[in-house]
Amino acid sequence: MEFNQSTIHELQEKIKNGSVTASQITESVFSRIDAVEERVHSYIRLMKENALAAAKKADEDIKKGDIKPLTGIPIALKDILCTKGITTTCGSHILHNFVPPYNATVVEKLTAAGAVFVGKANMDEFAMGSSTETSWFGPTRNPWDLERIPGGSSGGSATAVAADECIASIGSDTGGSIRQPAALCGVVGLKPTYGRVSRFGLIAFASSLDQIGPFTKDVEDCAIMMNVLAGYDPKESTSVNAEVPDYRQFVGRDIKGWKIGIPKEYFIEGIDPEITAAIQQAIKVIELCGGVCVDISLPHTQYCVAVYYIIAPAEASSNLARYDGVRYGFRAADVRELLEMYKESRRQGFGAEVKRRIMIGTYALSAGYYDAYYKKASQVRALIKKDFDEAFKKCDVILTPTTPTPAFKIGEKTDDPLQMYLSDVFTISTNLAGIPGISVPCGYSTSGLPIGVQFLASHFEEGKLIQIASAYEKNAKIEKRRPAL
Amino acid sequence: MKISTREVEYVAHLARLEITEGEKEKFTSQLNDILLYIDKLNELETQGVEPMSHAIGVTNAFREDKVIDSIGTEQSLINAPDARGEFFRVPKVID
Repeated sequence: MEFNQSTIHELQEKIKNGSVTASQITESVFSRIDAVEERVHSYIRLMKENALAAAKKADEDIKKGDIKPLTGIPIALKDILCTKGITTTCGSHILHNFVPPYNATVVEKLTAAGAVFVGKANMDEFAMGSSTETSWFGPTRNPWDLERIPGGSSGGSATAVAADECIASIGSDTGGSIRQPAALCGVVGLKPTYGRVSRFGLIAFASSLDQIGPFTKDVEDCAIMMNVLAGYDPKESTSVNAEVPDYRQFVGRDIKGWKIGIPKEYFIEGIDPEITAAIQQAIKVIELCGGVCVDISLPHTQYCVAVYYIIAPAEASSNLARYDGVRYGFRAADVRELLEMYKESRRQGFGAEVKRRIMIGTYALSAGYYDAYYKKASQVRALIKKDFDEAFKKCDVILTPTTPTPAFKIGEKTDDPLQMYLSDVFTISTNLAGIPGISVPCGYSTSGLPIGVQFLASHFEEGKLIQIASAYEKNAKIEKRRPAL
Repeated sequence: MKISTREVEYVAHLARLEITEGEKEKFTSQLNDILLYIDKLNELETQGVEPMSHAIGVTNAFREDKVIDSIGTEQSLINAPDARGEFFRVPKVID
């Protein structure tokens, strides 16, 4: 097996016993990129020189016996994370030339853990999308079928892992933007609890929902990444000062006697029958692992998409007010006065989906409509969270499909925003409630497209997610395929 | 109709977005579809439900009132489309 196809824990072993160098690993990743990147387009920007220098430095550390959790491991960063001195675009024309003067906290943490950064991964503009088609830099393609979308918004982070163009990656998840592309690309993706991972240096989309998390090739790697990412940050006032366990200890433990909630609202008409079949099979595996499935109800599930499409655009319309052509980013040329400069810079700088969401959000927050939309949505959000509070009195973990269908075709939903929004129907509730969720590969459709199963747990119970996902992965024995590129 | 073309124009102004005639029509139709979908929230009785604005029960996060290093003027201006001296330069605001 090539080094770029390996997991973090496999490479750590090889680094420790001297059978591979960090430089060899990084070189194998870049030779894979040379071979497939033109077709997949996982990256907005590659950082080859920095990566090779970091790998060389890692090899010096390794010689000295200084081996950290991610020493020499090539990692891709979603281009929503600020990287000091390296252009950070958020997939948008309006930030195409933005060079952050500081690093996001997770970038600092990964650097301190020895990671080698491969590049900045493609994404939907400002993380608004479910297909990575709204990127100003052009779409990312699903490595399992280049005619199809990889999911989104963290599509490039997912495909970089799936196509072995890195070992692991970082994404962000506001309504499913880690779990949905993870499912559609056949990799593991975790959205941690709101407040678990610092968002300092994450370009804001919807601040009450955004969370950073990892994409990995298996569940053990997910635990390794969470050990690096999680924790309180005084620079981020919504990060929670709570103890962080060693997530690796949950790998390989059994789940005997655990109660697994199966919410009836997630098994509705309109789901692709191949998804239903794969999830039924996953339920059987969980039962073989000793889990006891119980029927539960999350009665407000059908309102999640509507709540989300008020709250997320409302927060986005406020967060994106800062892009005005004054302090950074794109400014329209040939404007005579200030108001015209704002309007023209934003017209030329933002794409259609971002404008649409700014419009919805501005409308929902405008005088006379606030109570009808934003307040109403925030009240229903409270009911959705209460559904989960009640459910977790009856079960340890909830099991659902991650997506209603496998990857759809490029262009299939771009003219119908509402249909695009509905592809997040199973992932949005997690962000509204602030709970953690993980997507794990659970099989393939007959046409060979990956399918994911989602596990949800209560606040700060990422350990439980690692434990059940690891037990599932070990016992499901899903055939390990690689996309034929 | 939930939202008219005139309202779309007004909202675009509030959002400081210049939109073309074509976009006006497209946005009017798409926003109507989305707002009609969102109307399903009115099926629910929510009187007396406390609106939720934060997923975790964190209230004010205070820190010690201590001066710490910041990025400084030079770094702050490094991305400016038009900087002069210590300032961001913009087109004229008043005649």
